[in-house]
Amino acid sequence: MINITSTGPFLTFRHGVHPEEYKELSCHRPIERMPFVEEYTLPLSQHIGAPAKPVVKEKQRVRRGELIAEPSGFVSVGLHSPVDGTVTAIGLFAHPNGQMAPAIRIKADPFSAQRFIPQPPTPPEQIPVSEFIAAVQRAGLVGLGGAAFPAHVKFSIPEGRQIRYLMMNGCECEPFLTCDHRVMVEYADELIDGTGILQHFIKAEKIYIAIEANKPDAIAILREKAAASGMPIEVAPLKVKYPQGAEKMMITAILGEEVPSGKLPLDVGVLVSNVGTVVALSQYFRQGMPLIERVVTVTGPAVRRPANVMVPIGTPMRAVAEFCGGITDEAARILLGGPMMGVVQKSLDVPVVKGISGILALSDNEVRDITAYSCIRCGRCLEACPLFLNPARLGLLARKGLWEEMEENNLMDCFECGSCSFACPSGIPLVQSFRIGKAMIREKKAREKS
Amino acid sequence: MLNDAVIGVGILAGLGLLFATVIAIAYRRFRVYEDPRIDQVEEMLPHANCGACGLPGCRAFAEQVVGQAIQPSKCTVSSAEAIQRIAAYLGVDAGSEEKRVARLLCAGGRREAHNLADYKGTLSTCRGESAVAGGPKACSWGCLGLGDCATACTFGAIVMNEDGLPQVIPDKCTACGDCVKACPKGLFELMPVSQKLIVQCRSLLEGTEAEDRCSVACTACGRCVADAAAGLITIRDNLAVIDYRLNHLASTEACFRCPTQAIVWVEGQQFAKPTAPILPVGRVERYGEEYFQ
Repeated sequence: MINITSTGPFLTFRHGVHPEEYKELSCHRPIERMPFVEEYTLPLSQHIGAPAKPVVKEKQRVRRGELIAEPSGFVSVGLHSPVDGTVTAIGLFAHPNGQMAPAIRIKADPFSAQRFIPQPPTPPEQIPVSEFIAAVQRAGLVGLGGAAFPAHVKFSIPEGRQIRYLMMNGCECEPFLTCDHRVMVEYADELIDGTGILQHFIKAEKIYIAIEANKPDAIAILREKAAASGMPIEVAPLKVKYPQGAEKMMITAILGEEVPSGKLPLDVGVLVSNVGTVVALSQYFRQGMPLIERVVTVTGPAVRRPANVMVPIGTPMRAVAEFCGGITDEAARILLGGPMMGVVQKSLDVPVVKGISGILALSDNEVRDITAYSCIRCGRCLEACPLFLNPARLGLLARKGLWEEMEENNLMDCFECGSCSFACPSGIPLVQSFRIGKAMIREKKAREKS
Repeated sequence: MLNDAVIGVGILAGLGLLFATVIAIAYRRFRVYEDPRIDQVEEMLPHANCGACGLPGCRAFAEQVVGQAIQPSKCTVSSAEAIQRIAAYLGVDAGSEEKRVARLLCAGGRREAHNLADYKGTLSTCRGESAVAGGPKACSWGCLGLGDCATACTFGAIVMNEDGLPQVIPDKCTACGDCVKACPKGLFELMPVSQKLIVQCRSLLEGTEAEDRCSVACTACGRCVADAAAGLITIRDNLAVIDYRLNHLASTEACFRCPTQAIVWVEGQQFAKPTAPILPVGRVERYGEEYFQ
């Protein structure tokens, strides 16, 4: 075990990159509440796994927090209406991933007070694990860090496995984003409470709250609350480095051991959860509020008033941007998520979904036209890759279309953090070609199966 | 001295005999008989190793043909004469296999379907652009027009036309399916040439939603269904779907009824006639100059 210090040198993993942070744009802005807008679009697939199945019909009236789509399998979660209103359509609407995807469109009732009446379910202390898992699934909880992996799947620990360490991920290593930072500062009680709920079922030896050292206020507040909670919680300040918040990197930093290739944190006895997810867990079990809103950081040089906003799921991105003073004419690229892993948008007419942690508008100064030069074998990508892959070799293989060989070189371990592309002095689109490689391998496997 | 030489020669001769016996027995024991006709048939095949027949290469095809497990005509790359030659050589029925070609189920080129954004990256291939927000086109199903299929085609059967659409040359196309795998949007389909009525659209949107994104999109208006033989065309998921089991009933009528030219009658090559803007009466355009009669 490695000693955790609060003065540094802080714990970290090997490799990684140091992008500029830009967090000061929004890190001191308290979370604001987004006013309700006219129309909400809720894609049925906002999580990894099978899309949810609608349980409402067109023209049906729905209440805020009412279930509108149920999980269609184990790796699937429910979906709830973010407003009092009427279902106007169930059809294809633009999804942030660039495709048209099935979604439920709800028109908000202009005369409703939009008040959420707390109806807490049975306290988690009185229910068995199976009921807890089912409740989490029904509540529509997904990992709010970005991947939107259904939380209940993560929380279901197979028989005979014991989780030794529970880790709350508040690293937020992506530049610009500050939503987890604000959540930790403003929802510290809920965070500790949610951790307690999870600990009640997981019974871990020790709980870590991992925070990058650039959030001293969050570290101080959580230290205080953790000491008062009576649980074995330790707040672990980690070195400011990208991708510190990737769960495997975080585990390496705190425990000093690696998660083997192709394995899950579960295999080393660790359960990692984003801090926002745990806050949502607490809100569901104490107030009965399913996942109908989340904190989104609206930031970037091309946003007039950068802010952290509590946005109901399904709000159009355009409305959120307008709430923050709008996007200036300088905007050259709009991303959902951070600058390293965020998804580029071609239109503002997409809804905010559960996995979106930020809306980032970059101006011409940040977006330069890149020319891709040849690989000069400088090896910077090798020093950047947190998984110790060989991006240079993978990039050359991708250029030749040798997908099988890419797979042999452990392409499937890559989690597309973007460190290699960031480090490459030749501007080679490495991550993009790895995504293509992964898609080709997946398609080939699907063809072979059928 | 002489004795030594005799012994040496004797030992070597003995060993030689022993090994020869072993080899002779092994040859008898482990001999694999291979039909000499396989080599002959393989010689007559086009050596493309394209896999269009569904077998891994021409050699495997030759083995199957000689074993009479497959008919020579299954090789769609060979010319009719070559197939007849193989059939005559083996004394089997050539069989009749209808020629298939790859058809693009999208007609939204540069003129028809607009972009929502400019792609600023450096990986300008269909796969590369579709990895970023599904590509710049407004229609998320449509052809990106960057020619991954043309690069993948080993027969030179796909050329990109000036509208940014891949044009498949039927004579060169062997229906090997490489373009089907290359297209990130899955827009290619291998179709028998007798299937002439084709819906050149994959958009699942309806009405103006679809038409706003592409002028030749299927808007699911259902006019083609009304005029066609019963059951030939149906609207499924906002897209006209042709039941090719009733292909003999297909007629050009549906194409005339389609307001967006999404459903077309293809003789030979797709996009052979550019979908020219409809000119008002009296207005003539010739060599880029406009004048009135």
